[in-house]
Amino acid sequence: MASRPEPAARTHSHPPAKGPDPAQGLMAWINKRLPVQEFIDSQLKGYYAPKNFNIWYFFGSLALLVLVMQLLTGIFLTMFYKPGELTAFDSVEFIMREVDWGWLIRYLHSTGASAFFIVVYLHMFRAFLYGSYKAPRELLWLVGMLVYLALMAEAFMGYVLPWGNMSFWGAQVIVNLFGTIPGIGPGLVEWIRGDYGIADATLDRFFALHVAFLPLALLLLVLLHLVAVRTTGSNNPDGIEIKEKVGPDGKPLDGIPFHPYYTVKDVVGVGVFLVLFAIIVFFVPTLGGLFLEAPNFEPANPLSTPEHIAPVWYFTPYYAILRAVPDQRMGALLMLLAVTLFLFLPWLDRSPVKSMRYRGWISRTALAVFAVSFVVLGYLGLQPAEGLFVILARIFTVLYFAFFLLMPFYTRIDAVKPVPERVVYHAH
Amino acid sequence: MRIDGCRTGMLAALLAAAVFAQGTAQAAEEAGSRLGADWQTWQANTDVSNIASLQRGARNFTNYCLGCHSLKYVRWSRMGADLAIPQPLFEKYLLPPGDKPLQYILTSMPAADAEAWFGKTPPDLSLMARARSKDYLYQFLKTFYIDPTRQTGANNLRLPTTAMPAVLSELEGLKRAVYRSVEKRSDDGRVTTEQEFDHFEQVVPGRLSTEEYDAFVRDTVNFLDYVGEPSQVARRSLGVWVVLFLLVFTWLAWLMKREYWKDVH
Repeated sequence: MASRPEPAARTHSHPPAKGPDPAQGLMAWINKRLPVQEFIDSQLKGYYAPKNFNIWYFFGSLALLVLVMQLLTGIFLTMFYKPGELTAFDSVEFIMREVDWGWLIRYLHSTGASAFFIVVYLHMFRAFLYGSYKAPRELLWLVGMLVYLALMAEAFMGYVLPWGNMSFWGAQVIVNLFGTIPGIGPGLVEWIRGDYGIADATLDRFFALHVAFLPLALLLLVLLHLVAVRTTGSNNPDGIEIKEKVGPDGKPLDGIPFHPYYTVKDVVGVGVFLVLFAIIVFFVPTLGGLFLEAPNFEPANPLSTPEHIAPVWYFTPYYAILRAVPDQRMGALLMLLAVTLFLFLPWLDRSPVKSMRYRGWISRTALAVFAVSFVVLGYLGLQPAEGLFVILARIFTVLYFAFFLLMPFYTRIDAVKPVPERVVYHAH
Repeated sequence: MRIDGCRTGMLAALLAAAVFAQGTAQAAEEAGSRLGADWQTWQANTDVSNIASLQRGARNFTNYCLGCHSLKYVRWSRMGADLAIPQPLFEKYLLPPGDKPLQYILTSMPAADAEAWFGKTPPDLSLMARARSKDYLYQFLKTFYIDPTRQTGANNLRLPTTAMPAVLSELEGLKRAVYRSVEKRSDDGRVTTEQEFDHFEQVVPGRLSTEEYDAFVRDTVNFLDYVGEPSQVARRSLGVWVVLFLLVFTWLAWLMKREYWKDVH
C-alpha cells in the first residue's frame, strides 16, 4: 500500500510556530478527501508541453477564457432577460438602460460571441497550419469540431433572443433551410418553430436551448477536448511527437511543464486579448454593424423585411455558399457539406508530414487559397446577392471545396522536406 | 533607393491630398450655391458629450416631437439627471403637466388616433439613432420639401413618401425641389428622360436662419443619439481606465513570463 508523503520537514532556522500551519493543514485536510494537489501535480506541473509553441498556440486558452466569460455574463443576463415575443426586446433595452452595469454585461456578452468565433477560427487555422488533426489526434479534432458545431447552434439561438428585426428574419431564413429536406422538410420546420411561423414558441425554446442544453453540451465537449489533448499531448509548429524523444528521467526532452511555463505565457496572451476586447466593448461595441447590426435595434416585425438579410459575420462564409447556388435545396446541401467536410480532414490529408513548415508548395498554396476563400466568402455573405458578388461567390465556393476534395491527391504528390529529429526552438 | 521611393510616395500622397482637398472645397462651394445638392453626403457631426447641445435637443424634442413621438425606454428623471438640468427648471419647462419624473417619456397622442390621422402610428424614437444612424436623422430633418401630391403637402428625400408632415417648416420655412432632366438609356436601347432631384429653392423663409435651423437639427439629432444609448458617455470614459489597467497588467504579465522563461533553453 502506497503511503502518503509526509508533510515536508521544517528546515527553517527560526523557532517553529505554535501548532501546524493552518494553510497547510487545510490543504492536507482537503487533499486527503479530494485529490487537488494530485491533479495540479499530474495535470499541470506534470504535463509536458512542447517548448516551441508560437503565437498560434494562444487561442486554445483564449477560447476557454471566452467560454467562461460567456457563461458568467449570460447568467447575469438571464436574471433580467424575459423571453417571449412581447417582452424580449423591451427586456434587452431594460438591461441596457436601467440595470446597473447592464450595458456592460450585455456588450461583454455580444462582443464575446464574436470574439469566441475569432479565437476558434484562429485555433482551427492553427490545426490546418501544423497538421494537428492528423494521427494520433483525430478524435481531438473531431471533438473540437463538435464544439464548433455546438457553438454555431449556441450563437444562432442567442442571436434570436433580443428579438430584433434581424433576429427574426435571420431565424426565418435559417430555420427554413430545414424545409428543403425532401419529404420531412415542411413538417420538420414546423416542429422546430413550434408554430406556423417564427413566433413566441420558437423564441422560448431557443431560450431554453441557449441557456441550458447547449451550454451543458459545450462544457461536456470542451472537457472531452481537454482530456483528448492531455492524452495525445499537444502538437507543435514542427509537427514532431515530443514523446518519442525522452530523457533519462522519462520526460520529453523538448517538453516543459505546462505550469508554470505556459500558464505565465498564456496570461500574457489573455492580457493582449483583453486589451483588444475592451477597446471594442467600450469604444465600438457594434463594430460598425458587424457585431451588432443596426436593423436589430428595431423590434421583430414580420411585416417589414430588412433591406438585405445577412447573418452575423461568423456565418457569412457559409451563407455566401448557400446563395451561390441558384437551387435552394442544392445550396442548403452544399452549405451543410461546407461545414461537415472539416470532420473528414484527418483522412483527407495524405501527407507524410504534419507541419506546413516541412510541406511543399502545393499544400502551402492550397491552404493559402482556402484561407483567402473563407475570408472572401465571409465578405460576400454580407453583400447583396447580385451581379459580380454572385459570380465571385461561385468562384470561391469552387475553390473552398477544391481544397478539401482534392486534398487526398495533392497532399500525396506534394514534395516534402525532411523533418528534424528535435523541435526548432530559439531561446529568447 | 528605398528612401527615394518612400519620398516620392509621400509627395504623391501630399499632392493627392491637396488636390482632393481642393476638389471637396470646390464641390462644397458649388453645392452651397445649390442648396441641398449634396444632401446624401451630409453628416450630423454631433458630440454626445456636449451637455449644452443635449439640453437644447431635449427642449426641441419636447416642443416639436413629443406631440406625436414617444421615447418609451427613457424616464424623465434619468434624462433630467444625465443632462444636468436643475430640478426646478426641469419640472417647469420640460416635464408635461401631470407626468411624474419617474414615468417614461410618452406622447399623449392616442395610437389609434395617430393611425387614423397619419396612416400609421408615429414610431418610437428611443432607438431610431441606432437603427438608422445619426446621419440618416440629420438628412431626414433637412430634406423636407413642398409636394402638393402628398396628403401632408410635404415629401422627403431621405424617406420618400414619408407619412410625417413638415412639422419644422415653421422654423425652417418652405423649400421647393428643383429637378433636372436626365436622359437614361434602358437595356433595350430606348432613351427616356427622367426627372432627378437637383437642388432646393427656399420659397418661404422660416423663423430661423439656415444656420440656426442647422444648429437646431444637430442639437435634436444629438439628443436622439444620447437617447439611443444613455450610457455611452460613461462607457467611453470608463473604457479609457479599463484599457490603461489592462495595458499595465499585460506589461507585468510579460515581465513575469520573461523571468520564468529564462530557464527554457
